[in-house]
Amino acid sequence: MADDELIIGHRNSEWTGLGPILEEDIAFSSIAQDQIGHALANYALLNEHFGEPTPDIIAFSRNEKEFRSSQFVELPIGDYAFSLMRHFLFDHAESLRYSLLTESSFAPLSSLAKKIKGELKYHVLHADMWVQKLGKGTEESHARMQLALNETFPYALGMFEPPNFDRELEGQNIFIGETALQTRWLEVITPILEHANLQLPSLPIKERMYGGRQGYHTEYLQPLIDEMTEVYRLDPAATW
Amino acid sequence: MVTQQQIYDVLATVMDPEIPTLSVVDLGMITDVQMSDDGVIVRLLPTFVACPATSYIRANITDALTKFGFANSKVEMETELSWSSDRVTPQGRERLEAFGLGAPVQIDGVLNLDVIERVACTHCGSKNTDMRSMFGSTLCRSIHYCLDCKQGFERFKPL
Repeated sequence: MADDELIIGHRNSEWTGLGPILEEDIAFSSIAQDQIGHALANYALLNEHFGEPTPDIIAFSRNEKEFRSSQFVELPIGDYAFSLMRHFLFDHAESLRYSLLTESSFAPLSSLAKKIKGELKYHVLHADMWVQKLGKGTEESHARMQLALNETFPYALGMFEPPNFDRELEGQNIFIGETALQTRWLEVITPILEHANLQLPSLPIKERMYGGRQGYHTEYLQPLIDEMTEVYRLDPAATW
Repeated sequence: MVTQQQIYDVLATVMDPEIPTLSVVDLGMITDVQMSDDGVIVRLLPTFVACPATSYIRANITDALTKFGFANSKVEMETELSWSSDRVTPQGRERLEAFGLGAPVQIDGVLNLDVIERVACTHCGSKNTDMRSMFGSTLCRSIHYCLDCKQGFERFKPL
């Protein structure tokens, strides 16, 4: 979860200064800020409860093999339709994931989920608004959004790649499991997309872009990590 | 004997770095103040999870308590409760308006597009306003436009 948030937060921040209109520039920058903040909060839980190093060390001193993020989040920002569609698909999954985690038997995570849930409401409303506007806008905007959906969807399914410990989490009532989350996600996004005249691609199962949760990534992740950690690596012990 | 009220008086001087007329008490960020022989313990509830001001606020509270003679004070982060804009006090709401930011409406746990959009113009008071963006210059602000006086304004987001 934290790796997904850190990497997509980094990608979304690439819109800062480049957004198609000022409000969207600010929106993507704010969403990126939230996502990196949520990653930090999750890394802090690993540090406090599971003996992992401090958040900065977890975030900035691993190579791509050690990242458990889905391939979906590391893809370059593409055009605005691509980033918007990824934002829509990702934030609906995040929002549902955190809603489910409010019931988690691991109390520190359920407390954090309650906090984050409200913030994600803004992300989802923002994404829904643009999916509607552009899906039902002009012929060109519709075509671009449909293309973006076709391109992102196989990767988006990679968000629900079950980790090795999926059953264990479910058994201990920590999390309901990735398959159940994916089912709920499809139930939520399908009517919104239909309402925007957009069609979910039907896919053979083998086209799901799995691998990220096991450390297998696309050619795009390591360059992102190199850029993200460039300043950190100059002097890892520096205080800010 | 130090009273809780004295501590709250000090906390009322610690302002939000992004809205300098609003104190941590106005924002509803203080959940508990305890006094013991070892010193004062203040429990601080962060607003937005990614708010970069939280660490400054925490340090500013310790500084203020030290300045007013309460040494050995400690600020603990409240992790079990969730902050909501409903925690902003009536005085906090007045101060937000005086600062030029629309105050958040009461949400009672229900955050939807209606409460996010519904705000009176901070310039002329008209309720005939339009939301321009749910993301503003800081994480806690959204951007609105008054259809009567034709001015833009920001509001403190309901959460």
